[in-house]
Amino acid sequence: MKRHLFLGNEAVAQAAIDAGISGAYAYPGTPSTEIMEYIQHSPTAEERAVHRQWSANEKTAYETALGMSYAGRRALVCMKQVGLNVAADAFINSAITGVNGGLVLAVADDPGMHSSQNEQDSRYYGRFAMIPVLEPSNQQEAYDMCYTAFKLSEQLQLPVMLRLTTRLSHSRAAVSLRQSVHPHELHLPQNLKQFLLLPIFARKNYVGLLEKQHRMEALSEQSSYNFQEAGVHRHLGIVCCGLGWNYFREVFVGREIPWPRVKIGQYPLPRNLLEKLEAECDELLVIEEGYPMVEEQLRGFFAAGKPVHGKLDGWLPRYGELTSDQVGRALQITYPAPYPVPEVVVPRPPSFCRGCGHVDAFEALQEVVAGYGAGHIFSDIGCYALAALPPYQGIYSCVDMGASITMAKGAADAGFFPAVAFIGDSTFTHSGMTGLLDAVNEHTNMVVVISDNQCVAMTGGQQPAGLGKLEAICEGLGVDPAHIRVFTPLHKNQEDMIRIYQEEIEYDGLSVVIPRRECLQKATRRRRQEKQKQAKN
Amino acid sequence: MKKDIILAGVGGQGILSVAAILSNAAMLEGLWVKQAETHGMSQRGGAVVAHLRLADHEVCADLIHHGQADILLGLEPMEALRQLPFLHTYGVLISNMEPYLNLPNYPPVEELWTEIKRLPRHILVDGGVITHQLCNPKALNMIMLGALSDYIPLQADSLKTGICELFRTKGEQLVQQNLEAFDAGRAFVAKQPAV
Repeated sequence: MKRHLFLGNEAVAQAAIDAGISGAYAYPGTPSTEIMEYIQHSPTAEERAVHRQWSANEKTAYETALGMSYAGRRALVCMKQVGLNVAADAFINSAITGVNGGLVLAVADDPGMHSSQNEQDSRYYGRFAMIPVLEPSNQQEAYDMCYTAFKLSEQLQLPVMLRLTTRLSHSRAAVSLRQSVHPHELHLPQNLKQFLLLPIFARKNYVGLLEKQHRMEALSEQSSYNFQEAGVHRHLGIVCCGLGWNYFREVFVGREIPWPRVKIGQYPLPRNLLEKLEAECDELLVIEEGYPMVEEQLRGFFAAGKPVHGKLDGWLPRYGELTSDQVGRALQITYPAPYPVPEVVVPRPPSFCRGCGHVDAFEALQEVVAGYGAGHIFSDIGCYALAALPPYQGIYSCVDMGASITMAKGAADAGFFPAVAFIGDSTFTHSGMTGLLDAVNEHTNMVVVISDNQCVAMTGGQQPAGLGKLEAICEGLGVDPAHIRVFTPLHKNQEDMIRIYQEEIEYDGLSVVIPRRECLQKATRRRRQEKQKQAKN
Repeated sequence: MKKDIILAGVGGQGILSVAAILSNAAMLEGLWVKQAETHGMSQRGGAVVAHLRLADHEVCADLIHHGQADILLGLEPMEALRQLPFLHTYGVLISNMEPYLNLPNYPPVEELWTEIKRLPRHILVDGGVITHQLCNPKALNMIMLGALSDYIPLQADSLKTGICELFRTKGEQLVQQNLEAFDAGRAFVAKQPAV
């Protein structure tokens, strides 16, 4: 059988197509982006006219997917871990409404913060919403779990979470595919009050969700993704979740594993399976990627009983990504010291591309703001956050999507002057517009710079939601057109840029400045594609 | 049999292409493969690394254990040294000599070469000279793939097939240029004493 060398993300994408989705919804975010990109390039998705446009943010993505589920068809929604904070309202409530067509949320966590602001563990969200969570340990499982998740979702009438992490999302291995099934026909929910969360209906739905918990637990006990393997040394029992299973087995490659162990791939936890392991062993060690969620739960299960080790008592590090080295050391294995990194090696952090429009826009702004001292520029999530690093070191906040505008407003409300927000075009339409409306309504004295490179650059140049609409959006929200200033950020325009920034900072009110120049990476890709297209014709 | 390979370089140097060719060839030759990549922010001119694991048995972890890599391939000398903790004491370091300069405080490159020459098994490839000879500054990654090719359990022909596949959509000329670069890397290493 033909096998495919898939990234974990690509395996999820192909599985969703093969499970007959009618739509995929997402906002780009590392490490989840490639799921949607794969579906966008899939000939099968094209042939079946699967919806696969980017959404404005994760909340709109989630709600749209829920709407597709309402209409009886299967939908996939993908995001990175912090994206789920944005979609949390819809997500939690979708567990109360339940689903009609299968709804799967693929969410990619980022332990080690390779490309994120935090290490939050989405399994807690799954537990919080009281829905099933599947956690693959390899690319084949990512495929199989995503493929079956749609059926599980329809069986339980609940959304199902597929929890990924950077290492699985961005690692390749061979994957075998299953039979591709066709999308469902449209069909309304049997109960047309299912999606009405007015208190009178929501109370009933919530009781229904609580009643489903037993079935979810029973399914976890039976799941082939949760199983036990025997071992002869019973002083320690091992519980591995997701990728922890790989790191644990890596420690024993070519040797027999001495300890009894349970592998967890489906939540809620299979309590009986774990109690059986506990009964056999003197102590337990939990190896999980992310927060010590299972460790905490097991301490609760076995309150009166045996010690549970892991991240809470320092057997494993509390932060960062798991490695087989750490797991080996937790099991008291000593390794010879590896070569050190020679002292001559210096860090090489990411940097702006040479010729980037953000740089020209930022350098001019920094020159103007320098006259007022440090601490005046609030920034946001995107390539321009690199202005925090040398040689610029000129932004002072980068918290969550859109927070540059609202934090600058809060500082302005406090009497701080000048308050400047520096945000990208896609981040602005993701979560900046509502903050700008607050500022319009209060005539806040601040400058919002929307550095428009006409794409979502950091994640690979995806099409932004507000392309060609930024001035209209700002005007529509009520920004005075006289104080919406647009220019091309090029070094030769330095004098003009400085003058415009200066005028708008001095203006006692709200200004929006839009430096606009296409991302260089995007422009290069676009030209290459155009050339290829020409060559084909 | 297992071969754990670390690929080190700077975002934009083409590590992912090297990794893709290697892992596809390995899969076609019936080996187990896992290949962990760096995506996202670091690709903006930062340090990037790929872990490539080939074996005739199941590969468990996506990441290589410290001190267990059989080969460390550096597209750039400082990035090769940054990943040194992964290299086995008897592993082979194969690195391009030429520095990738996008830093104000890049160390004197001779000091990096000195560190590399301390290793019992190393090959320094004069990537700058070879790309110059080929009149193709973009072919460094394929030169380094060629340099690596005699140290891995994969047929050179499978790798060449991989190169053809990868560059097929970009035109015959580019395919040929990359095949030439691959051969130039192989030829360079063939002339060096075996390590």
